[in-house]
Amino acid sequence: MISRRRFGTFLRAGALAFAGSLSFAHAAAADTIKLGIVGPFSGPFALQGKNFQAGVEAWLTQNGKSVGGHEIEIVYRDLPTANPQQARALAQELIVKDKVQYLGGVYFTPDAMAITPLLKQGNVPLVIFNAATSAIMTSSPLVVRTSFTTAQTTTPLGKAAADRGITKFVSAVTDYGPGVDAEGAFKKAVEAAGGQVVETIRMPLNTTEFSPIMQRIRDAGAQGVFAFLPSGPPTLGFVKAFSDTGLKPAGVKLFATGDLTQESDLPALGEAAAGMITGFHYAISHDSEVNRAFVAAGEKAIGGPGQLTFPAVGAYDGMYVIAKMIAATGGKQDAEKAVEAVKGLAWESPRGPVKIDPETRHITQTIYLREVAKDAKGNWINKEIQSFPGQKDPGLAK
Amino acid sequence: MTLPSPPFLWPSMQTALSIALDALAYGMALFIICIGLSLTMGLMRVVNLAHGAFAMIGGYIASYAARDLALGYAFAITLAVLGTVLIAIPLERLLFRRIYDRSELSQVLMTIGITFCVIGITNYVFGPTLKTIPLPAELARPVDLGFRSIAGHRLFVIASGLVVAGGLWFLIERTGFGIRLRAAVENAPMARALGVRTELIYAASFALAIGLAAFGGVAGAEFLPIEPYYALRYMVTFLVVVSVGGAGSIGGALAACLLLGSIDITARYLMPEFGNFFFYLAVILVVCLFPRGLMGRAKA
Repeated sequence: MISRRRFGTFLRAGALAFAGSLSFAHAAAADTIKLGIVGPFSGPFALQGKNFQAGVEAWLTQNGKSVGGHEIEIVYRDLPTANPQQARALAQELIVKDKVQYLGGVYFTPDAMAITPLLKQGNVPLVIFNAATSAIMTSSPLVVRTSFTTAQTTTPLGKAAADRGITKFVSAVTDYGPGVDAEGAFKKAVEAAGGQVVETIRMPLNTTEFSPIMQRIRDAGAQGVFAFLPSGPPTLGFVKAFSDTGLKPAGVKLFATGDLTQESDLPALGEAAAGMITGFHYAISHDSEVNRAFVAAGEKAIGGPGQLTFPAVGAYDGMYVIAKMIAATGGKQDAEKAVEAVKGLAWESPRGPVKIDPETRHITQTIYLREVAKDAKGNWINKEIQSFPGQKDPGLAK
Repeated sequence: MTLPSPPFLWPSMQTALSIALDALAYGMALFIICIGLSLTMGLMRVVNLAHGAFAMIGGYIASYAARDLALGYAFAITLAVLGTVLIAIPLERLLFRRIYDRSELSQVLMTIGITFCVIGITNYVFGPTLKTIPLPAELARPVDLGFRSIAGHRLFVIASGLVVAGGLWFLIERTGFGIRLRAAVENAPMARALGVRTELIYAASFALAIGLAAFGGVAGAEFLPIEPYYALRYMVTFLVVVSVGGAGSIGGALAACLLLGSIDITARYLMPEFGNFFFYLAVILVVCLFPRGLMGRAKA
């Protein structure tokens, strides 16, 4: 496997000699604070890992590589696919051997679940840049999350879909944790608004040929379809099949989470996705000064336009949170104090106004309803058409 | 209020026809990609795990030609096939030639190594995003068959599959090249003694297999989208098809693709929640009943 275990590590030799020795080093004034980031930097999800890195680099370019006189050193660790055992081993190595004060990243839920039991003993907070299952937050009080949950993006979508006067839905989701979450959240939201989900289809994770699924949707007589698939090659097959088998020309409306229309896939989806409605927390085309600056820095870090997508904003905001933690603890290793300091933290993110919910430590944010459309230059974008501000994670609401 | 979803949906006649058509298209796409692998494994006795990588290279070339250079679809396919063969020729000379007589383990190790290199290089050159091959208007348009509409491209894939199967059968069973190829496979030293240039024959059939892989990569791109990990992602499916069909047999590969394609598609329609259960169940049954595959040759 072409594993690139270490990406750019910003070594400052002088400061390191002091900080790396023993735990006494925490008292030092001019020190280096290490931050370990775990993500899929190679393998089939390398694009998502690249986006983690782009988000982190964008933040460092804009804000400099030190916080309150403490140098930040990033240690990247590659975890190509969901692999809890390896995730645990990597986190352990980062905490014990590399002596990181903060952990960040994590693309898949099982990996996050494997890392959280280590946090208390290691005295290290974990800031999750992506892993989107609600339950992670309850597994340790030292976890903060700057991404989204499937329930969070799906609930407003379900309401908006039912508000369009469609009453008969079929849900088609990928058969794994987040898919089941998405199905539940959509169904609940649609039923609350008076609609009906007449059939729920769970598709195997490695499905590549979707015409039988489309046939099933047609036979169920749906007016609207809700779809959730993780980003990647199958989303293209799904959207194309929806259009090719005649469901789209027949006027059936397709609703999905933003995973299906991440910006890097839009040029490939093209015309087949036009008019598709998605619910998500971030679009690269979001109209704000903060976002334009972020996108410019992010595209530079990732090596050109067209590859930047949502995990980058999770990483960028994650860096903001970690910087606040470093400032609040004065560079000392104190995980509890660090997490306490960011509870209720509110700021302007590239995605819009966000806040760390003090109860759940998950990010409260605006969820946007978007339509796949062309911008003035003729590029396909996720055009924001409606916003639902201040959305918490319904999956964590008691 | 929700109706409980029916655990089992009995299809109407119209639905059954529609599923059969989808299965045919999917099976044919698999066939075009896999037949080359079946030939290398059955006739040349090389376990080429880089077969998917060559299909992917074909896809990338076609995508580059049709999308970035705006050339026609037919031209893009030709370019993809020729380009991939051109890339494969030095590889055959430098690497593959050394493993023809080696153990299967050496073959697997070397070809998987080539696959990883190809993945790394494409990721570096073309980036990790999905690449599409724009279809000409005639193939992109849905065709109305009365009981349903089907993408014109799928009809093209079905037709291509039939042409490939017929053409290969003719080439191997009815031409002078076919006779020499079969002779070289049966007994290479004897064939050489009779003046058959086995090295040339091997090189030509290797090129043929790679060319078919590239064509399959392009024609099947609507089913299996082109991205760097393509080379490994679908390799298991390709190998399963070859072992079920019996390596080296055109009829076997065709039967395996149609059988597995229709089981896969039908099961996904009737019981999607069972995932690949029925697909692999069928594979296990076939392999138990026909250890050499449906129409495999006895080992020489």
